[in-house]
Amino acid sequence: MLYREAGQFKASYAADQAIFPIAQDRVLMAILLVVAAVVVPLTATQYLYTAILIPSLILALAAIGLNILTGYCGQVSLGTGGFMAVGAYTAYNLFIRVPELNLLLVLLAAGAMAALVGVIFGIPSLRIKGFYLAVATLAAQFFLDWVFARVPWLYNYSPSGSVGVPDLYVFGFPVITPTQRYLFILAIVALMALVAKNLVRSSVGRAWMAIRDMDIAAEIIGIRPLQTKLSAFAVSSFYAGVSGALWAFLHLKSWEPAAFDINRSFSLLFMIIIGGLGSILGSFIGAAFILLVPIFLNQVPPALGIPLSTATISHLEFMIFGALIIFFLIVEPHGLARLWQIGKEKLRLWPFPH
Amino acid sequence: MELQDLYFLIEVIIGGLMAGVLYSLVALGFVLIFKASGVFNFAQGAMVLFAALPVVRLIEWGVPVWAAIAAAAAIMIGLAFVIERTVLRPLVNQEGIILFMATLGVTFLLEGLAQQIWGSEVYRLDIGIPTDPLFLGEILVNGFDISVAVAAGLLVAALIAFFQTTKVGRALRAVADDHQAAQSVGIPLNHIWIIVWSIAGLVALIAGIVWGSKLGVQFAMTFVALKALPVLILGGFTSIPGAIVGGLIVGAGEKLSEVYLGPIIGGGLENWFAYMLAMVVLLFRPQGLFGEKIIERV
Repeated sequence: MLYREAGQFKASYAADQAIFPIAQDRVLMAILLVVAAVVVPLTATQYLYTAILIPSLILALAAIGLNILTGYCGQVSLGTGGFMAVGAYTAYNLFIRVPELNLLLVLLAAGAMAALVGVIFGIPSLRIKGFYLAVATLAAQFFLDWVFARVPWLYNYSPSGSVGVPDLYVFGFPVITPTQRYLFILAIVALMALVAKNLVRSSVGRAWMAIRDMDIAAEIIGIRPLQTKLSAFAVSSFYAGVSGALWAFLHLKSWEPAAFDINRSFSLLFMIIIGGLGSILGSFIGAAFILLVPIFLNQVPPALGIPLSTATISHLEFMIFGALIIFFLIVEPHGLARLWQIGKEKLRLWPFPH
Repeated sequence: MELQDLYFLIEVIIGGLMAGVLYSLVALGFVLIFKASGVFNFAQGAMVLFAALPVVRLIEWGVPVWAAIAAAAAIMIGLAFVIERTVLRPLVNQEGIILFMATLGVTFLLEGLAQQIWGSEVYRLDIGIPTDPLFLGEILVNGFDISVAVAAGLLVAALIAFFQTTKVGRALRAVADDHQAAQSVGIPLNHIWIIVWSIAGLVALIAGIVWGSKLGVQFAMTFVALKALPVLILGGFTSIPGAIVGGLIVGAGEKLSEVYLGPIIGGGLENWFAYMLAMVVLLFRPQGLFGEKIIERV
């Protein structure tokens, strides 16, 4: 009753092409943004910020990047962690070598550098696809891991190999306390998610999806595989790079290459499978879900009086993730985002099911 | 070049080739499953761990070696049944990439399960493979490596004989050629899948035992098993000889690069050399060295 589009007429092309064509969706989105930007900062605790909100927003950004490449363009990548590392270390080097540079510019440069590296490692995708490509992206992951562990200039000759950044400022405003960091990240993630949402609805996004669905057929109808695949790699790596820089600068604060190892790539892939392949919303849901499962496992069993050892918890985590992946691929290949869609469809008909 | 350097070079190559045999053993499991079901089984590395852990733990608890190995073999065959039932059958006719991601799920499930049941430390495995060093002329060779190479050779010979001469082997080859045609002449696909996953499980068991005796049974096995992926790419996904040759190339290549290139550009090349080699090969031969040519139609 509350959620239906009856009576909402589209009188212009602009109205027809709106991101949220239904008024209720727009209201819901506005409420969500207000909650995220106003209510949360007024109520959230330090723990909520540092353990859940900040990491899930940053990882959602990387998941959007991977989703563009894998979910929209159909190129499976196991190298996202490596591209995040490129972003993080580009940002770090710019930060220590050109300290007067604005933080936003540093983030942009981090994304651009990651995009460049992504395009280089995306070149094989023109000749190979599917599992072959997945293995080729593993090459990117391992090679980049090695570079950031072994080239001393990149980590500024730090003897332990781990690097860190001091307190940060944007246009003179501090980005230090969890609230400040959260708001800064929220602004960037919201903006980039909006851009991504619009990209995938544009002709670029349609070309990506055509390549995903059948690349030869797409080529025949006039879509250039070279530009399309490489643009997907570039955009995807840009998102990963920015997210990597945010992860290093605003979440970890001091880090080493292991923060961006192969497990990061796997967990990002899991996020988009569970959240929903080819869905921007799914990237957010998936990131939150993957972050919350370990926290849930750490908190709930002890609260119920079932003490689990740390080893058991980490093994359980493995098993639950594995089982969930299989479960989602079999039962709901479009992930949690699809469940949300189904829910909305049901709501439109409610309370009369026909 | 001094004679001494030449001997050293040969020793490096032999050491690399022996490591390559281990990669080949894992790659073999991948190839078997890919040929028969078109599934890229990412879980092969996890299966190595899943097979080796019961062996080492049962021996620790005083079970005789042969019984422990038999028990592990039974576990692997049971696992093939379970995977066929719960993963492959519901996902039949899905795209290859979906199945690949499903095996990623299987990987994590197996890694968690194996360590939960059998423990997650490093276990030493000794089933009495001779380890005395041998001298061939001036060249030092590890006796263990020789036994392993012989065992791997026997395994490959047995597999090829099985595929070429037995009725089941013929059915497996038919399924690999064309699922639908095989099904229409009455070959039960589900049985074939169980058989092929069982064989891959047994190959994983052998790889696990060999590897475990060399480096200890531990979680890190699954990472080393990732090295089998570039081997596959080099050899081609559908070629058993390719898996062997690819493994040898990767093994020798990464040892040579580590020893001769490592001092120049920094150590640790082993971690990525194989992948880069595979990627370069892919750029020129997308189907790998021995793979069948990929023909694409709309």
